[in-house]
Amino acid sequence: MGIKVVKAGMLTTVQDLGRYGLQRYGMPVSGAMDSYALRLGNSILENPDNEAAIECTVMGPTIYFEQEQLIAVTGADLSPTIDGNPLPMWKPVPVEAGSLISFGRRNFGCRAYICFQGGLDIPEILGSRSTYSKGQIGGWKGRSLQEGDKIAFRRYYVGKEEAFHWAVDPNLYPDLATTVIRVMEGPQFAGFESEAQKSFFSDVFTISNNSDRMGYRLTSKPLRLTAQKELLSTAVTFGSIQVPPDGNPIILMADHPTTGGYPLIAQVATIDLPLLAQKGPNDHISFERISLDEAHNLLKKQHAQLKKLKSAIALKYE
Amino acid sequence: MGIPHTQSFGITLPNSIGHYPLGDQALVLSFGDGISEAVNARVRQVASHIDSWSQPGIIEYVPAYTTITIYYSPFTITYNKLLSAIQTIVQDMTELQEYKGVRKEIPVCYNGPDLAYVAQYHGLSEQEVVRIHSEGEYLVYMLGFVPGFPYLGGMDSRIATPRKEVPRLKIEAGAVGIAGQQTGVYPIATPGGWQIIGHTPLQLFDLTQENPSLLEAGDRVAFIPITYDEFVQLKTKGNGH
Repeated sequence: MGIKVVKAGMLTTVQDLGRYGLQRYGMPVSGAMDSYALRLGNSILENPDNEAAIECTVMGPTIYFEQEQLIAVTGADLSPTIDGNPLPMWKPVPVEAGSLISFGRRNFGCRAYICFQGGLDIPEILGSRSTYSKGQIGGWKGRSLQEGDKIAFRRYYVGKEEAFHWAVDPNLYPDLATTVIRVMEGPQFAGFESEAQKSFFSDVFTISNNSDRMGYRLTSKPLRLTAQKELLSTAVTFGSIQVPPDGNPIILMADHPTTGGYPLIAQVATIDLPLLAQKGPNDHISFERISLDEAHNLLKKQHAQLKKLKSAIALKYE
Repeated sequence: MGIPHTQSFGITLPNSIGHYPLGDQALVLSFGDGISEAVNARVRQVASHIDSWSQPGIIEYVPAYTTITIYYSPFTITYNKLLSAIQTIVQDMTELQEYKGVRKEIPVCYNGPDLAYVAQYHGLSEQEVVRIHSEGEYLVYMLGFVPGFPYLGGMDSRIATPRKEVPRLKIEAGAVGIAGQQTGVYPIATPGGWQIIGHTPLQLFDLTQENPSLLEAGDRVAFIPITYDEFVQLKTKGNGH
């Protein structure tokens, strides 16, 4: 016994940190779009970072708990409720059997994560529980959750406490009002017209409706190359910003194909992928250039903060 | 265009191998320009070495036509340290073991809906199209696009045919097609504009196998014509690969 999906929501999938090691066979990584929200949620519950959770998109699901469990909701603020009352985010919340978790208005961000202590009873496929919907691989039956799906917990929760009187410092998570995304120049940056190179870092880009877990299509003034040239397919990654011949960039997201043949003008720094994942259709973004060293230092700083947080949380559970 | 901006990072690689970062968690090695068996052979040679590498901090690698992209964890290794480790590998390419591709046979029932069109387009008979397509041996330059999809090289230009003007909404898994100078097999059902000339009963990507992909980059593929009855037999046998 575990949970039962009462309403599916817009796009509700099971995701962990992704499926690595098979990209050379064309297998996408998939995984949580906002991996940092997932890590924080898992840390709150003392799960391993890579434990799979439920990724909710814009309109969250309604979930019935057949059994008691300790959960944490992180990421976007989609107005989560428990039996009609506000469900506090960024902290452990014991949910009693018979409770109903639901979502309402979208306040900030696009993707919320429901993490379960001990995880969901879903088999690992090729080393991961992430859902790759296009290939119908992994997650819950290779697809997004639907009404009536029942997923068991891997571990029983026997509640010791009625409530937890601590939450994660919200400053650890990026401010979702930020619209500046930090990037490094891409391998073909020099191949773009100097006008395009300039406008890439000064223009405001709009995320189009035609955006999903595979990629975000951006619109602005088209970015032109000095000379159109066919490129050979090569590996691309989460955050690669490719520019097809129409000049409108596409940012590759978690479900991106492993290889691509369009020129890459820039690459989103890993530190800002979670922020980008929380942006959605009609949101505006702009790009700021950073160096490889800066990108690494930002990641290391975050890594150290997360480590500190985990030790602090360990003390709370003692 | 084509030549990536050069960031030397203080290290140059021997044998005119280029390198550049792809974001903050990947390093790309570049072995040349253009589709060529010789360049791709060097890619394979170095890739197979990386495959058996015990270097900490390597997450995975993706070989392509002329590049190898190495994904690394910046918490374990820096770009420059990774580069110097690679430097020692590629120092003397002749000392690296040569990569020997494996020949793999893919049975094909040439009953695709576009076989007649391809034949007509070139003024050939359907039998001639089948003969030309199945006589060739094709190099798997790389895999990508969808799980298990091979980028094959070496198709006879006598049967090269442009893509369909209106792509099909669904092409079945196992469909064998032609798109321009390329030929390939669809591992999963997907929309597509290829001219479909046949179907294979083999599963190119099989989750029940330890290595789910039938093909590896560097393999040589031969298409073996089979009858529809043989197709059905092989298909119902649930051949694994």
